[in-house]
Amino acid sequence: MAKITLDNLAHSYLPNPASEDDFALKELNHDWDDGAAYALLGSSGCGKSTLLNIISGLLHPSQGRILFDGKDVTHAPTAARNIAQVFQFPVVYDTMTVHDNLAFPLRNRGRDEAYVAERVQEIARMIGMEDMLKKKARGLTADAKQKISLGRGMVRKDVNALLFDEPLTVIDPHMKWELRTQLKKLHHDFGHTMIYVTHDQTEALTFADKVVVMYDGRVVQIGTPEELFERPEHTFVGYFIGSPGMNVIPARIDGNKAYVNGSYVQLAQGYKPLDGKVEIGVRPEFARLSQSEGLPVKVRRIEDVGRHKIVRAEFFGTDINIIAGEDDHVSADMNRVTFDAAHVNVYANDWRVPGEAA
Amino acid sequence: MEKTVNQKAWFLVLPVLLLVAFSAVIPLMTVVNYSVQDTFGNNQFFWAGLEWFKEMLESDRMWDALGRQLMFSGIILAIEIPLGIFVALNMPKSGFWSSFCLVLMSLPLLIPWNVVGTIWQIFGRVDIGLLGYTLDALGINYNYTQDILAAWITIIVMDVWHWTSLVALLAFAGLKSIPDAYYQAAKIDQASRWKVFRFIELPKMMGVLMIAILLRFMDSFMIYTEPFVVTGGGPGNATTLLSIDLVKMALGQFDLGPAAAFSLMYFLVILLVSWVFYTVMTNLDKKGM
Ligand SMILES: Nc1ncnc2c1ncn2[C@@H]1O[C@H](COP(=O)(O)OP(=O)(O)OP(=O)(O)O)[C@@H](O)[C@H]1O
Ligand SMILES: [Mg+2]
Repeated sequence: MAKITLDNLAHSYLPNPASEDDFALKELNHDWDDGAAYALLGSSGCGKSTLLNIISGLLHPSQGRILFDGKDVTHAPTAARNIAQVFQFPVVYDTMTVHDNLAFPLRNRGRDEAYVAERVQEIARMIGMEDMLKKKARGLTADAKQKISLGRGMVRKDVNALLFDEPLTVIDPHMKWELRTQLKKLHHDFGHTMIYVTHDQTEALTFADKVVVMYDGRVVQIGTPEELFERPEHTFVGYFIGSPGMNVIPARIDGNKAYVNGSYVQLAQGYKPLDGKVEIGVRPEFARLSQSEGLPVKVRRIEDVGRHKIVRAEFFGTDINIIAGEDDHVSADMNRVTFDAAHVNVYANDWRVPGEAA
Repeated sequence: MEKTVNQKAWFLVLPVLLLVAFSAVIPLMTVVNYSVQDTFGNNQFFWAGLEWFKEMLESDRMWDALGRQLMFSGIILAIEIPLGIFVALNMPKSGFWSSFCLVLMSLPLLIPWNVVGTIWQIFGRVDIGLLGYTLDALGINYNYTQDILAAWITIIVMDVWHWTSLVALLAFAGLKSIPDAYYQAAKIDQASRWKVFRFIELPKMMGVLMIAILLRFMDSFMIYTEPFVVTGGGPGNATTLLSIDLVKMALGQFDLGPAAAFSLMYFLVILLVSWVFYTVMTNLDKKGM
């Protein structure tokens, strides 16, 4: 168990990176608190696996340092870092039994057989494979292999950190829920530092204390699920978190008003003049259809998703989604939309701009 | 849907049947034909039944040749397979040097058999060959035309030189197919180099190694040209392998009947051993070795 510090870290897969675009992981400074559970969220190719591999020592960064509890381990080999990692692609040792697969990391560290047997039993129970321990791993189904992979990651108690790279992708929903609960319990019981990569925002939001959102090789925001929801620091976070994502509308800001195509949106705070690409972002949860006030929109379609309705509308070529309560009345003459001023964020070049007291 | 039945479709396989008949069945049957007949020359043959088979089975000559043959195949397999794996494991995995190694290793495979034989025949000569001369100069008694051990070492080293590349190339292909994640997981699990080989590399190579063993076995079991060019089967009969003996019998002595019986049994042995190999290996494979 350790606090993991990333200091000026960056990585490029190219031997001689010329520009920032060549870096799969752009410069990053961050502390992963000891014992915290993080979810790492981001679209495909944004550098999540690269980051995990650097932490575990499978990759050596092109620049910067990694410290475990203040001790520089940048050049330490994987074995010396004592980290458990579960890979995106499930790895099982085909010729071994399920039992031997789970025992492998312990035996390689010379733990005695009695302890190994006990630990393997425990893990087998957690992943629901107690009755399969004697089977050869070859020929098992994809989800069984993924469970073994996960089990091997959890079998050591004394690790500095647990890194999971989308460990549950091919597991069926019920088992997924079950395993997620187990992982949470494991975290609760042992307090390992955990980093959990996922594409699935529900998984991220339920699992983690803190969610780390990556975009294009950069960490764009780290925060609690509420923070990510209320104040996305980057338009990508707004778009990526939430279903549907945040509405982003090009605008011109003047004081505490945002002008969009001849109409204006009231803001809760005032802003200095902004350069570059300026947009406002509002979550669909904070938008409301109206008959009389707000921006004129064209309602295209209304989807009833059970708990609420999603109104798909268009405003001068920009899509706007609005979430209306299940019982809210939506009529044909409601062709305007208003926003809750307190929840309208302003973005310049995709980054959120803090307002000044109005 | 109604299926139309049209027996004329059989004509479509006729070309293949003809081809196989002329390339395999008819020549084989000729041999079968010789094996059950005797001749006093002049193209006059008469029925001999299973006489030749019986004679061959009782002759020490065939059993000795078979013994030498098995020893030869056994030794070269025992050297080439581990050596090939070792080479494959130590080759660069990618980049220029990887391609370079691949080309370099393919070279021996491209050289015709009799040329390989000639190369080694000259290479090993004590008077003008680099190897033979050097060994002689070092005071080592090496003369493959007189010394049985030297002759065996020469033909085995020659075969290893010629064919280890094949095993290495196949093993390399097997290694290349292992996803990086396996090696990464092994590092996380703190597996030793030996365990990586034993539990990741070897199982993944098993399929291609099976093919390599089978190919090398069959090929070495039928080997003729190379040892014949180097030693001519000598000294004495020390390196007279099955096919060399067969040719001696059929063409040297013109004993067509015994030679035909001999070659049929030879064929059956190859078939049998290959089948046993294959069954054993696929079973091992199923059980996960
Ligand atoms: N071994 C490698 N060599 C060269 N480039 C690589 C290598 N591995 C990854 N990359 C590149 O680095 C970038 C980040 O890759 P990474 O695997 O970290 O993404 P990821 O966030 O894990 O994506 P995914 O969700 O698809 O797993 C990608 O553009 C990818 O193409
Ligand atoms: Mg990945």
